[in-house]
Amino acid sequence: MKVEQISVFIENKSGRLAEVSGVLGEANVNIRALSLADTSDFGILRLIVDNSEKALSVLRDRHFTVNKTEVIGVEVPDSPGGLSSILRILDNNQINVEYMYAFVERSGSNAVIIFRFDNVDQAIAVLLKNGVNIIDGEKITSI
Amino acid sequence: MIWNDDFETLPREAIESLQLRRLQQTVERVYATVPFYRDIFDRAGVKTKDIKHLEDVKRLPFTLKKDMRDNYPYGLFAVPLEQIVRIHASSGTTGKPTVVGYTKRDIETWTELMARSFFAAGAHKGDVIHNAYGYGLFTGGLGAHYGAERIGASVIPMSGGNTKKQLMIMQDFGSTVLTCTPSYSLFLAEVAAEEGIDIRNLKLKVGILGAEPWSENMRQEIESKLNIKAIDIYGLSEILGPGVGIECIEAQNGLHVWEDHFLLEIIDPDTQEVLPDGVKGELVITTITKEGIPLIRYRTRDITRLTREPCICGRTHARIERLSGRSDDMLIIRGVNVFPSQIESVLFNIKGIEPHYQLLVDREGTLDTLEVLVEVDEQTFSDEVRKLQQLSGQIQKQIKDLLGVTCKVRLVEPKTLARSEGKAQRVIDKRSKNSL
Repeated sequence: MKVEQISVFIENKSGRLAEVSGVLGEANVNIRALSLADTSDFGILRLIVDNSEKALSVLRDRHFTVNKTEVIGVEVPDSPGGLSSILRILDNNQINVEYMYAFVERSGSNAVIIFRFDNVDQAIAVLLKNGVNIIDGEKITSI
Repeated sequence: MIWNDDFETLPREAIESLQLRRLQQTVERVYATVPFYRDIFDRAGVKTKDIKHLEDVKRLPFTLKKDMRDNYPYGLFAVPLEQIVRIHASSGTTGKPTVVGYTKRDIETWTELMARSFFAAGAHKGDVIHNAYGYGLFTGGLGAHYGAERIGASVIPMSGGNTKKQLMIMQDFGSTVLTCTPSYSLFLAEVAAEEGIDIRNLKLKVGILGAEPWSENMRQEIESKLNIKAIDIYGLSEILGPGVGIECIEAQNGLHVWEDHFLLEIIDPDTQEVLPDGVKGELVITTITKEGIPLIRYRTRDITRLTREPCICGRTHARIERLSGRSDDMLIIRGVNVFPSQIESVLFNIKGIEPHYQLLVDREGTLDTLEVLVEVDEQTFSDEVRKLQQLSGQIQKQIKDLLGVTCKVRLVEPKTLARSEGKAQRVIDKRSKNSL
């Protein structure tokens, strides 16, 4: 169910993003999805890659601060109102979304959205009960 | 004008014989009443009767700020607490402040020396003294206040902050003398300009500015922006508070230190050897009339040089040059004493923070700024922006609680702060490049 996401702390100075993607590229790690949250001083790069363990170890070797978190990938109908219906389910069940971002590839005719919840297990239960399709962690990196 | 002609213009020989007598009395008294001094005199093998000439002072051991901390709060007091009528304190390096106590006569001495200082700066009866030094545990506010009343001036006990109100009162009450930190005087000028007040045309004529180091360039800026004479005043709470020394308005060239109450030495901070007049080193002060907490050879850590050349104002007391730095790592930020170790102690108490940090001190416009760079490690790192901002907010709040200084906290990647062999460069003070 769950997908492993890695996060990287990035100071706001030129070249840091290029360095992260460079390190991953050299290690032959493929980035499947990403989002960047930024403030005036620092940014947090969140990544879904095809090999998390390798990504973590090569980034640590280059002195990046990293950690991993569990997120889930949800199939969302690729039509107007598709995302809204899922968010309404979450809201009705008082599930808080910490953040979310879109996956690059589609799953069949559906879009894929990555969600970060405070309480991921509760969120999964609610989504499943409401017939929302959650993409398997193994599968998501090979879409 | 001279407040106390008898003492301020004493011939040098008379000053020195008075100093010797008072030094001998002080040494005898602290040996008899303060266990700390009995102990260190004994260990140094020096007897009170060994002090036969003024130069013999160098046989006595030094007193350090650390000794005041170790004897917190009242351990160095030379009189029973019931003879202490006032207690002040300055921020300490490890959370505990440095405490000083004044007897009735000490307050009288302080008032007299502040009165001399106001006169030296050209303030008199008839002046309206706008006292913007902080009132409270800090010695600045009350010290200046008592002296201002003594000379018969009208004192406005403003204390710090609330700048717009300060300007309104300055305009409406016709303040003629301003007492505050040099940077605050410039800040007043800046806010006045924003408010459309022509501060150059107010009744202000003199600023008596101290509690932080400043430069000759800054003096020129203050004098032109406020259209006043800017006078440098020196003091430290351990010795007395404001009024240990002051520039005279006639020469504005070095600060007269009241030698009938203080014995001055300049030492090499590394070898601790006494240096001759005119050579730069650390100022060491022995109080020779204080009752509450007399200090023997107190190492001020302030770097300056001494001259006993006569001054055009007629005062015969020695002058110290405008302070040019510190022999320790203390920073003065907006008039507040800050040791890097204090910030370090805050960081160490926050779980997961790397003990690597750097302080960037700068001056933005007229106010000092402090930025604390902290490395983020995997324990503290979160994928949520909110949590990292909470962390920097927590650091900022704890520093503010301990020091009373608002700083900016910047989280940086690990291993980005330089680790040099040996001593890390913890502090980058950009102010010194621009001003000192």
